[in-house]
Amino acid sequence: MKQNVLAELVEIVGSANVSEAASDRITHSYDATKEQFLPDVVVYAENSEQVSKIARLANTRKIPLLPRGAGSGFTGGTLPIRGGIVLVLTRMNRILQIDSDNLTAVVQPGVVTADLQKEVEKQGLFYPPDPASKDFSTLGGNVAECAGGPRCVKYGVTKDFIMGLEVVTPQGDIIRTGGQTLKNVVGYDLTKLIVGSEGTLGIITEITLKLVPKPEAKKTMLVQFETIEGAAQAVSAIIREKIIPTTLEFMDAATIDCIRSISPIALPATCNALLIIEVDGDPELIEKQAKRIMTVIEPLGIVEVKVAETSTESEKIWQVRRNVSPSLRKVNPDKFNEDIVVPRSKVPDMIRALEKLSKDYNVPIVNFGHAGDGNIHVNVMVDLREPEMEEKVHEVMEKIFATAVGLKGSLSGEHGIGTSKARYLSMELDSATISYMQAVKNAFDPNNILNPGKIFTADREEQISSE
Amino acid sequence: MSSNKKLIDLEEQIRQCVKCGVCQAHCPAYRENRREGDVARGKIALAASLLDGEVGLEKSLEDDISMCLMCGSCVNKCPNSVATPEIVGAIRREVTANKGLSLFGKSLATVINSPALLKTLTKGGAFLSPLVLKKVPQSSGLRLRFPAPLMKNRTVPKLPFRNLFNLVPEFIKGVANKPTVGFFAGCSITYVFPAIGKTMIDILVNMGYSVHVPKSQGCCGIPALSAGAGSIVEELAGRNSTAFGKYDKEHIITACASCNGGIGEYYQTMHENDQNFTDKVIDFTVFLKQNGMVEKLGAMKRWSERVKVTYHDPCHLKTQGITAEPRDLLQALPNVDFVEMENASLCCGLGGTFSAYHYECSKAIGAKKIPGLQESGAQQIATACPGCIIQLQDIINHAGLEVKAVHLLDLIREALAKE
Ligand SMILES: Cc1cc2nc3c(=O)[nH]c(=O)nc-3n(C[C@H](O)[C@H](O)[C@H](O)COP(=O)(O)OP(=O)(O)OC[C@H]3O[C@@H](n4cnc5c(N)ncnc54)[C@H](O)[C@@H]3O)c2cc1C
Ligand code: SF4
Ligand code: SF4
Repeated sequence: MKQNVLAELVEIVGSANVSEAASDRITHSYDATKEQFLPDVVVYAENSEQVSKIARLANTRKIPLLPRGAGSGFTGGTLPIRGGIVLVLTRMNRILQIDSDNLTAVVQPGVVTADLQKEVEKQGLFYPPDPASKDFSTLGGNVAECAGGPRCVKYGVTKDFIMGLEVVTPQGDIIRTGGQTLKNVVGYDLTKLIVGSEGTLGIITEITLKLVPKPEAKKTMLVQFETIEGAAQAVSAIIREKIIPTTLEFMDAATIDCIRSISPIALPATCNALLIIEVDGDPELIEKQAKRIMTVIEPLGIVEVKVAETSTESEKIWQVRRNVSPSLRKVNPDKFNEDIVVPRSKVPDMIRALEKLSKDYNVPIVNFGHAGDGNIHVNVMVDLREPEMEEKVHEVMEKIFATAVGLKGSLSGEHGIGTSKARYLSMELDSATISYMQAVKNAFDPNNILNPGKIFTADREEQISSE
Repeated sequence: MSSNKKLIDLEEQIRQCVKCGVCQAHCPAYRENRREGDVARGKIALAASLLDGEVGLEKSLEDDISMCLMCGSCVNKCPNSVATPEIVGAIRREVTANKGLSLFGKSLATVINSPALLKTLTKGGAFLSPLVLKKVPQSSGLRLRFPAPLMKNRTVPKLPFRNLFNLVPEFIKGVANKPTVGFFAGCSITYVFPAIGKTMIDILVNMGYSVHVPKSQGCCGIPALSAGAGSIVEELAGRNSTAFGKYDKEHIITACASCNGGIGEYYQTMHENDQNFTDKVIDFTVFLKQNGMVEKLGAMKRWSERVKVTYHDPCHLKTQGITAEPRDLLQALPNVDFVEMENASLCCGLGGTFSAYHYECSKAIGAKKIPGLQESGAQQIATACPGCIIQLQDIINHAGLEVKAVHLLDLIREALAKE
């Protein structure tokens, strides 16, 4: 990095918040993908004005600029694959307002998802999107990736809760999209465009969120099925009954095998699929809903049902779910984790296809996820030390994506494209659509400084040269 | 003799980190500073780079490695249980081996090793005045933990005139058929809170045990470990296992969570771990519960005037899963109304020698406990670690609250006195 650029950065944020020391470059070189690329310099920003000045500087000097939240992304969104400035937003972490009359909250992007949830719940309010990473991911990162979670079956994903944004453009302008009102049709809906843009169109510096009243009570059930078809039919049966549970999590047989020995609830060998169903709302209503659910799923090959009567029992059920991730490594050391999504009714077809792929290629594939919205976490578990395993995994991945798209599904339900899935983009989108998206990127960021090389493989790499 | 692991010995652990970032939610240093270099994931990435030769022991790396309380909160929640405190300890030892102890923190070693410097630097209100330090052995962790000149405005307890070894004999014979137990006192109990040690020993004697309190026991080594003083840790480990080797015993009891983490947990990770010593280490809350203390206290008539007490989980017990036993004792105490507080398990911020290098940050971490404490309405906050008591009282004083930090054994002593 040129000395004058460094000096300007120091001028903007102060010397304590700029570093090009090797150790700082190392600790800001990765995210949850485990891949590593060294940035040239790391900058911590504290307000929108600083962000704006940094963007202006990066744009004039044509230096890649990478917004970074908690670095918990699963697709390489914050990786500085072409070096440049990593711009860390974790210290912009103030909750600016919680408005219980209008049911809104205004936050800075570095606020941790669960921290906001805790604060609003103290006032009887509720922010539903609940990625499994909510205890550490930032809301800025959630907005940039349009994060989802188990509760999204009933409530929707991050984009359904974003009313307005303050965004710093790649040119350094500070713009506002949307607003504080539920209804707003003035001009283009830039809010929706920025949500899920993976830090490629602008840097989110303030977020206005929609809140809902906190549900009074919830009820958790764990149902074990003989077959995955039974579990899938149960999902359809529940929805047909006009009940939308808060969560409808499933695990396939391979997943159950991983946790059987440590599960706090006995999982007999006859159990080949499992659903965790939770309903929330008025206490009387959810009792009724729980009964109706039990009635409609009864004929579908149930091994065992557990309905939590206390919060401790409900905790125990969720513990079964939490056991999953840490147990996967028992299968094999290296995990390739994808989050494909298919129409709800196609979940069994997808699982069958995955089982077949697993057999054909002789690699364990463990699947669990959100049955309610067809979002399947596919985990191909391998040992990369085995010869030619890497190539094999890529082949399997490609087949998985092709199957998902073939079933009218999608490559990613939650985690985004980033660098990890860029090369599969054209499996789902035709070239005209991709060109339109690139035109949007070009309009926002003609110098391609903001998070270059993400989402699209063939962007204008030649234009970017770090000084 | 037991010896510390080197960074290379921990390579497998280091490679187990999947960079998920889960530790961010639980690391007190990260939660305060929100910098990647402060969290376990960042430190492990640095450790990996050190092993791969991509980075040296440069100043900024030392700073990141110094920003760790070795509290183990990350290990507990890490999906792969990566032992960050061990990794941090190993890097700190490399730093000291390379550049000498003094580079770590603000010339701590210079202060510790030079009484003359100490004298000139020490002014009124200091914790360990030179006079007092004369009574504390060279290798004691107290010197590393509370180097008075480095911590402006720290409020500290007054030191008693007599230390524990002046108060109790080395061996107390119990009833015929009861086994012998050892009591590992540790520096804080020996020199700052001898009454806690005395209470523990009295209880053991009352139960009929023969009690061995070897005078030759030393510091557990946690502060030296935290400061990267590897050879001191090795020396202390050897000395302590020899000291307690004298009688065949059933248990070696600690009433200090840090000591328990040191002689019980850390020594176990060393090469040539003396299992005959380390396997016998037990925390007093676990021991008392096993020996019927909960029932005994529960059967006593409840006092009409009780004090409202909450509990702080010391990291070194929390990470071993010892959270129920102290609460069971508190609930049973006839002189106490026990209330939970929010964030009971949050680190107090002391962290070995952390608060000596980073006093401001340490205070800020501890201050996160204040709202929960206030909301609980407790008059006293009990804990099971004298280090936490000193830190908690300091934080409470700075917040201007009237709450008193006490040891669980203080409350038990009070209850048993009425028997
Ligand atoms: C254990 C684990 C579980 C997870 N579970 C889920 C889950 O259930 N559902 C789910 O959806 N995801 C999940 N994720 C993925 C990840 O946590 C989410 O994508 C999250 O939203 C990322 O937030 P972050 O703060 O870590 O962002 P980062 O990883 O730091 O960044 C992600 C992307 O957002 C951009 N970005 C960050 N902040 C801003 C900003 N202020 N302005 C503009 N761009 C920005 C970055 O440039 C990057 O492209 C999980 C991850 C882990 C490690
Ligand atoms: S929780 Fe464990 S595996 Fe995850 S980043 Fe932290 S240390 Fe690494
Ligand atoms: S030991 Fe404590 S301070 Fe150190 S990295 Fe782990 S959680 Fe953070």
